[in-house]
Amino acid sequence: MYTFAQRLKITAFALMGLGFIGLAIGFASAPSTVAEAQAMVAGAHGGHVDAHGSEHSSHDNHSSDTHKEKNHHDDAHATTDTHGEHHADEAHGEDHHGEHLLHQLQNKPWAALYVAAFFFFMIALGTLMFYAIQRAAQAGWPILLFRVMEGITAYLVPGSIIIYVFLVLTGLHANHLFVWMDAETVAHDEIIQGKVGYLNVPFFLIRAAIYLLGWNAYRYFSRKFSLAQDAAPAGDISNHKKNFRISAVFLVFFFVTESMMSWDWIMSLDPHWFSTLFGWYVLASMLVTSVTVIALVSIYLKSKGYLPKVNDSHLHDLAKFMFGLSVFWTYLWFSQFMLIWYSNIPEEVTYFLTRIDDYNLPFFGMVVMNFVFPLLILMSSDYKRSNWIIVMAGIIIVLGHYIDIFNMIMPATVGGQWFIGWAEIGGFLFFAGLFIYVVFRALTKVPLEASGDPYVGESERFVY
Amino acid sequence: MSSKLVHAVYDDDDTLLHAVKDVKKADYRIEEVFTPFPVHGLDHAMGLAGTRIAVMAFMYGILGFAVAITMINYIMIEDWPQNIGGKPSFSFLENLPAFVPVIFEMTVFFAAHLMVITFYLRSRLWPFKKAENPMPETTDDKFLMQVALEGDEKKLMSLLKKSGAIDVSIHENDNA
Repeated sequence: MYTFAQRLKITAFALMGLGFIGLAIGFASAPSTVAEAQAMVAGAHGGHVDAHGSEHSSHDNHSSDTHKEKNHHDDAHATTDTHGEHHADEAHGEDHHGEHLLHQLQNKPWAALYVAAFFFFMIALGTLMFYAIQRAAQAGWPILLFRVMEGITAYLVPGSIIIYVFLVLTGLHANHLFVWMDAETVAHDEIIQGKVGYLNVPFFLIRAAIYLLGWNAYRYFSRKFSLAQDAAPAGDISNHKKNFRISAVFLVFFFVTESMMSWDWIMSLDPHWFSTLFGWYVLASMLVTSVTVIALVSIYLKSKGYLPKVNDSHLHDLAKFMFGLSVFWTYLWFSQFMLIWYSNIPEEVTYFLTRIDDYNLPFFGMVVMNFVFPLLILMSSDYKRSNWIIVMAGIIIVLGHYIDIFNMIMPATVGGQWFIGWAEIGGFLFFAGLFIYVVFRALTKVPLEASGDPYVGESERFVY
Repeated sequence: MSSKLVHAVYDDDDTLLHAVKDVKKADYRIEEVFTPFPVHGLDHAMGLAGTRIAVMAFMYGILGFAVAITMINYIMIEDWPQNIGGKPSFSFLENLPAFVPVIFEMTVFFAAHLMVITFYLRSRLWPFKKAENPMPETTDDKFLMQVALEGDEKKLMSLLKKSGAIDVSIHENDNA
């Protein structure tokens, strides 16, 4: 039995406390009037405020080019603005930008909260999928890690509740994250009008409820059968078989709902834009982060003297997954990027133009963190068995995928006004603390070894 | 090299693996083991040094990567500048996304093919080479261990028989 280390518990609470303070400052410092918003931007960026107004003579050619392009996106996105009117209305031009800026800055703490909430929820969800795949494939090697995975998926319940409350609040117009929820925008936007049958608040919330209930139901029953299998008399593997069946059914349900979830919760932030492999892309991010977290938690527990039967070979397999899935993620990232870059269709390419112009460092930085770094570090077979290398690579991968989610959500909600501030750091720390607390508390509930599983012997003898 | 070899034939990979460990423990020299399929852990039990082909694969990959970049830069940018995707920038870096698939394929191509060729050269295999395995059944369902005959002949024979060999025989060493 694992006992929750006092130091880790204190760390988790400290993270939650710090995160809460960060979020509170983030929300408190969001502007409430157009004038405040403009003052904030003027204070933070100095000469760049008048990007939308007159050009400074000091601007060199390069920066004015960038501004031209920016204005171009603003046009492309004009209809996605919270106010559907066009820039043609010169007289109100200034107010427009002011109001747009205000909405972006007001969105910022909400978006930061959303990124962090989704990111840690996604880790639990990805682990649940990974677990279901092992169950459905009747894999022998990961049995000794099943309790660790079940511990991580324990975060699914609080994570789901937080996400759902957040989506309900958004649906009640507590923030302007989803422009298609704004009736006035839709009234001026023919493209969104064509999607109203799918993108409307009640249906959106009903769908979210279906996904979350389905996933949580699988988590509840698979955990129940998994524990029942340990308690069952020798030779009785009925619970194992039940788990196999529900895992197969869950995977079918999951791959459909995961795709729809990524359209609903992330892709619809840019309601004009679409990508047919977006669901896959989110899935890849989810999987690689989850496997990394499984490895990190296992290494932590091992370092404290738990999981004595988990050996190098199990960690080697997890590291192989980290390596392989990092490449898989890059493949999907690049496939999505290259097709849109090549065809250069305005309605599609705005998505990447905003990211490359306004989010250059996080956009390309995450490719280094999520691809180049794990590729070079985890390529060697010996390195995959070295705990400190897995931990180092794992931390970079986890942070890299946080930035990935950041890049998915921020450009549509705060645009060029992003920076890593109180709300972003606070959101990450708060959910990290909550995640650690929930996961490790769940690990204390039952023995760390699924001793009743029919394949446990195979897992113990597992040699790479 | 000794002039005589003992051939011990096995019909199970597990028995063979244990036999190899026993023979190694008794300090006999194993010349070669022939198996119809790769036996997991056999190289380790025989005390063979780890393969260095992974390092070569990495270097071949880098070679392919470099060749692909040079090639595509020459073809698409220098020799006959192409308008790629309606973006006539004529710059290698700005057109890089279009070249990534080519660079990737060439990297894999070089790594894979040169690795196979290296493996053949290192194993001294080439077309029309006469097979070296002393017993054709080792390509079907039998396992053969060749042990150098040194010291007490009877002791070695009994050790091999005890290890589960279905047949033990003494042969001249043609390579000696």
